Amino acid sequence: MGNMVIETRRLTKSYQMGETIVHALRDVDFMVETEELIAVMGASGSGKSTLLNILGCLDKPSSGEYILEGKPVSELGKKEYAPFRNEKFGFVFQSFNLLPRTSALENVELPLVYDRAGRVGKPRRAAEEALRRVGLGDRMHHMPNQLSGGEQQRVAIARALVNNPAIILADEPTGNLDTSTSADVMTLFQELNRDGMTIIVVTHDPEIAECAKRIVLMRDGRIHGDNQVSA
Amino acid sequence: MRSLLTSLGIIIGVSGVIVMSAIGEGSQELIKQEIDALGTNVIIVFPGAGRTGGVRHGAGSLNRFTFDDIEKIKREATLVKYVSPAVRSGGQIIAGENNWSCEVNGVSTDYFRIKNWPVEYGAHFTVHDVQTKRKVALLGKTVADKLFPDKDPTGEKIRIRNVPFTILGVLKEKGQIGMGQDQDDIVLAPSTTVLYRLKGGRYIDLINASARSADQLEEAEEEIRTILRESHRLDDGEDDDFTIQNQTEITEAVTETSKIMTLFLGTVASIALIVGGIGIMNIMLVSVTERTREIGIRLSVGARGSDILVQFLAEAVALSVTGGLFGILLSLAIVFGVNEFTEYSALIKIKMILISVVFSAAIGIIFGFFPARKAAGLNPIDALRHE
Ligand SMILES: Nc1ncnc2c1ncn2[C@@H]1O[C@H](COP(=O)(O)OP(=O)(O)OP(=O)(O)O)[C@@H](O)[C@H]1O
Ligand SMILES: [Mg+2]
Repeated sequence: MGNMVIETRRLTKSYQMGETIVHALRDVDFMVETEELIAVMGASGSGKSTLLNILGCLDKPSSGEYILEGKPVSELGKKEYAPFRNEKFGFVFQSFNLLPRTSALENVELPLVYDRAGRVGKPRRAAEEALRRVGLGDRMHHMPNQLSGGEQQRVAIARALVNNPAIILADEPTGNLDTSTSADVMTLFQELNRDGMTIIVVTHDPEIAECAKRIVLMRDGRIHGDNQVSA
Repeated sequence: MRSLLTSLGIIIGVSGVIVMSAIGEGSQELIKQEIDALGTNVIIVFPGAGRTGGVRHGAGSLNRFTFDDIEKIKREATLVKYVSPAVRSGGQIIAGENNWSCEVNGVSTDYFRIKNWPVEYGAHFTVHDVQTKRKVALLGKTVADKLFPDKDPTGEKIRIRNVPFTILGVLKEKGQIGMGQDQDDIVLAPSTTVLYRLKGGRYIDLINASARSADQLEEAEEEIRTILRESHRLDDGEDDDFTIQNQTEITEAVTETSKIMTLFLGTVASIALIVGGIGIMNIMLVSVTERTREIGIRLSVGARGSDILVQFLAEAVALSVTGGLFGILLSLAIVFGVNEFTEYSALIKIKMILISVVFSAAIGIIFGFFPARKAAGLNPIDALRHE
């Protein structure tokens, strides 16, 4: 197996809702090695999205430690978060989160616009390449509202992989798709994984989960089960 | 759409302020010209005491003015710079085919200096012309246009009430004054000529004079009063049998109106600016709130807070600049229209353009900047969840 990329210790996220405190995550210890393909499952409200958001540096834990590639993330200054989000992760949201009135191509190019390191030489070319990879070579100049749900999701996936990240985090990427498109998306993730990316997918669909190498089960903000899928 | 609305706010703010202040400046300029047209430090003496008390004394022959009074003022009043009689007459004036009826005013050469009234063509008459009662005349612009359309009438002959006169020149246009009284609908001739050849008798109607300086207006008035009381043989206890008015009194009312007008327009302009400013502010605030999701998306793919700020600032600046430019263009068009098609005059001051543009731009930028900075500081996920 590869090296440890993600390690959390007693990761906790709680929300104060008036009098009561809602615990979205309770003392989660979670380890991910490179080149893993993990499916996270669990009932609605069990904390899957919360976990993924914290792993993707989009949200901060209330307490606990998050160590990314050996570095404690909580010790990062505010400004260091941006390059992390930009270089390490590709995030796919359940609700796509594409910029409206902006073409598919420009949406995919967006992470490269903010890439100060300039790791990708020709942003336009890379964005076209990523769109072709998700099978949207002929939809580059469509606006999001001119695309179907599945096509929008694929644009979002192209945006997540365009900056060639180490880790792709996908929150119910197939939630809005029919069975065959869902299968296509999973095949794409398997391909990317084979090429060396670490991928974590949140899903409710057991068939999708079966494509993963490891299935993590969540319940009430805790990890309740963690199984390797036998090949 | 949103950017259109923002620009509209700026356009209205900018053009409102420029146009209002331009009209204010314009009317002040107009009033200043009117006051200048009255002459410099002018003192006017009417016969009769009447005006103040409301009842007008019958102007008996004794208390009217003669050329002797003028001479006396000229000799004895040290603070009076110029003094001219005015002998008022009028009637039909014939020039070839054309004829026109208007006032004919007999004055001395000092009159042109008191009134700041240069000639357009030809020349003023001289002291010698006055002494020799020469039958020469100067035409007001309106009269010249009526009698001699499209031509310089200098040297032509006219008949005033059948008395032949030679035209020496045409006076520069003075325009209307107060309630639309045309100052150019007049013929000026030597006072002696008008009195002895047209009107008859020995009395002059008015005395026009000017003080050496604005400060000495009151004292000069006093000098004239003393001289006239003496020549009219008034005892110490008796009231004046004449009335003296000076320019300050005449112009005070006008200046007062102009001040009120400027204040009013200034208020309207400030309101336009504030309304425009609030509009811009509102749209900027709404814009950032609406776009918090967009900010969340950008943050989640790795934009820095500073990237977001730069983007919003650039947009605010672009909007303010285009809005400001269109505002200036619009106000130029309106000001042109006002000058061309109405009797008001508008005068654009660069200062006002700068103030209004800077103000709207500052509001646009400030209110684009602060909410954007707040949104840029959010966790991406909170920005994405924002509604
Ligand atoms: N901003 C918030 N404020 C308050 N409570 C929150 C907030 N975000 C999440 N929660 C709570 O935290 C818990 C976990 O939410 P989370 O979104 O992680 O669930 P999930 O497993 O992704 O569910 P689903 O499968 O429906 O997407 C839920 O009970 C939710 O109500
Ligand atoms: Mg979720």
